[in-house]
Amino acid sequence: MANTVLHKADTRGFANHGWLQSHQSFSFANYYNPERIHFGALRVLNDDTVLGGGGFGKHPHDNMEIISIPLSGDLEHKDSMGNTAVIRNGDIQAMSAGTGIYHSEYNKDANEAVKFLQIWVFPNQRNVEPRYDQVTLDPADRHNKLQQVLSPNPDDAGVWIYQQAWFHLGEFDKGVSTTYQMKAEGDGIYVFVLKGDVKVNDQVLNTRDGFGIWNTSEFTIIAESDAEFLLMEVPMEFKY
Amino acid sequence: MAQTAILVLCRHPEIQATIIRLINNNAEWTATGFAEPADALNDLKNKPYGLVLLGSGFDETEENELILALQHIRKGIPIVKHYGGGSGLLSAEIYQGLGPLIA
Repeated sequence: MANTVLHKADTRGFANHGWLQSHQSFSFANYYNPERIHFGALRVLNDDTVLGGGGFGKHPHDNMEIISIPLSGDLEHKDSMGNTAVIRNGDIQAMSAGTGIYHSEYNKDANEAVKFLQIWVFPNQRNVEPRYDQVTLDPADRHNKLQQVLSPNPDDAGVWIYQQAWFHLGEFDKGVSTTYQMKAEGDGIYVFVLKGDVKVNDQVLNTRDGFGIWNTSEFTIIAESDAEFLLMEVPMEFKY
Repeated sequence: MAQTAILVLCRHPEIQATIIRLINNNAEWTATGFAEPADALNDLKNKPYGLVLLGSGFDETEENELILALQHIRKGIPIVKHYGGGSGLLSAEIYQGLGPLIA
């Protein structure tokens, strides 16, 4: 029997800093809920909106895999490795903080808000050399099928990170379904609905709901309306 | 209001400075930072720290030895690892280390 955990959208943490509005699925910054610290190796899932011209100034990180997925608008990235890049809706960015990195993320547009997911995954190696990766995805590759956007393998589709994790995006028309097979024993999946309604096995999920499922080798997801979603497979037990 | 003294061990100078600044922003906490284990262990002998926060710059072996040494000096002191280097996880890590919140 699979284990599950449901995080309805309106039960997430919320921070409003004016320039930043952040809905937090797990404890982050001033939001602390001891029952929502992490889902396996998935530690942070922030659903952020940054107003025009605003952003995160230069700040340090170490030993964390940090993934950004813009949902609308453009985000300008600069880091201490000399990378300057703009990530847009359709791109995915991964950064291995390793021994230490500084970066800033600013809304490229002075007027329009940028919306993006900020995701942190515990790495499976500490003190690696910092690295930055960015890939542009083809939205057609996730229409009514799963598109792999992240894996542990540098030669595989999407970006890669230092963890046995696989992320997939799906944009399904109403009624379309698929069965997801876990990549590795002991993994769990965290489903995050970006838009619309889906059903995972018997659990109905609405926009911005999160649902974790583990102790199972597969599950079925069906679009109850036209829907977009992100699947994050991560180890439930991990060594750091 | 009694403050909880937090000993921060972190070799990355900017990350240590960030951690110290963020901890000291909370009126309930006060932080002292060290880059070298020997200095931290010596200070732990002399001051009533309530929690140790382990930051970056240590490999696994060094960290395990450090935890044993800290526990030898102050049995039962909460020792928490800080992940990610930035501000995001710090408060949750300290709250977890200090025990359940009382509403």
